[in-house]
Amino acid sequence: MKTCLVVDDSRVVRKVARRLLEDLGFAVAEAADGSEGLAWCRAMMPDLILLDPAMPLMSGIEFMRRLRLEPGGRGPKVIFCGAEINLDRIREALDAGAVEYIIKPFDGDIVAEKLAMAGVT
Amino acid sequence: MTPEDREFLAELCAERAGLRVDPEKAYLIESRLAPVARREGFAAVAELVKALREAPDERLAMVCVEAMAPSETGFFRDRAVLEHLWRKVVPDLARRRPDGVVRIWSAGCATGQEIYSFAMLQAEAPAPGKVELFASDLSERLLDRARLGLYTSFEVQRGLSARRLTRHFENRDDNLQLAKPLRQQVRWRQVNLLDDLAALGAFDIVLCRYVLGGLTPAARVRVAERLAGAVAADGVLVLGAGEETSASSFMPDSEVRGVFHHTRDIRVAA
Repeated sequence: MKTCLVVDDSRVVRKVARRLLEDLGFAVAEAADGSEGLAWCRAMMPDLILLDPAMPLMSGIEFMRRLRLEPGGRGPKVIFCGAEINLDRIREALDAGAVEYIIKPFDGDIVAEKLAMAGVT
Repeated sequence: MTPEDREFLAELCAERAGLRVDPEKAYLIESRLAPVARREGFAAVAELVKALREAPDERLAMVCVEAMAPSETGFFRDRAVLEHLWRKVVPDLARRRPDGVVRIWSAGCATGQEIYSFAMLQAEAPAPGKVELFASDLSERLLDRARLGLYTSFEVQRGLSARRLTRHFENRDDNLQLAKPLRQQVRWRQVNLLDDLAALGAFDIVLCRYVLGGLTPAARVRVAERLAGAVAADGVLVLGAGEETSASSFMPDSEVRGVFHHTRDIRVAA
């Protein structure tokens, strides 16, 4: 079973994402901020990370930078999932190595389609 | 709305556009016509229908019919079909044309995502020769939206990767707008597929996906006949997955569902 880590400071978003990802066959772990997310990754590197780019303590871009320095940290595919509709911010995420970007709010169809586009499913 | 009102609307839709509307589906009719009633200054859908029944008003009747037409679409819908058309069918047709021009028509384009998908493909991997893009819909209102190329974040996420989004779109307030050079590639026209389509000329590829299924059986045959007449003798008709044409002059593609190749023998089954 593929694993996905959802890193988002919103409990509601984590809960919705967990349900949708579990429906798609993922085993899901949650982290409320970047530090907690990195701790998860050190314990067990996931196949996929769904990442909020705008968390208060550590931005998504900074999380990505630190993740890639971890042993095995280049493995997971990262999909940013933010409320940002500014295309410059989306470009930044892609330039930083994100494979896709999901704009909130999202539904199950969008998540499934974006995962397929990212080659995760 | 009374059952008679709904019967009246169903008949109106069938007569004007061949649309199959189930008069039992009160909620669907109400939800489609509620915005029309508001825009036209009626307190409720029932009053709108009452006005139509009491005094024929062609403009208002067509506004109602257009609102009842399905408008579901999306970017790169049935991705495999579009990729097959772009990689194989378009280059084959371009080579066969003396002027290298391939004309593509999205019939029943709604808000334009299908034809704009071709505009994006042309920008990313230009086809040999020249591709001309046309799109039509019954509804002027939908065509106005399509021309603007303005979509919500929800709409762009259906079918578009983030890379395509950032490459081809611009921010426009809380929405996203397709870049002007791509929008300018498409020619738009209001077309009722029940009408004589001869004036439009012949097209190399006609896409009419998920339209036939929403028509009455009689309209389906008639539209299939009209479309057959609009596809070039060696052109291609593209329908939705699982849809069939009653025109006997088409052979299904051996690789991709929904793609039908025209043969020269143009006959239409009854």
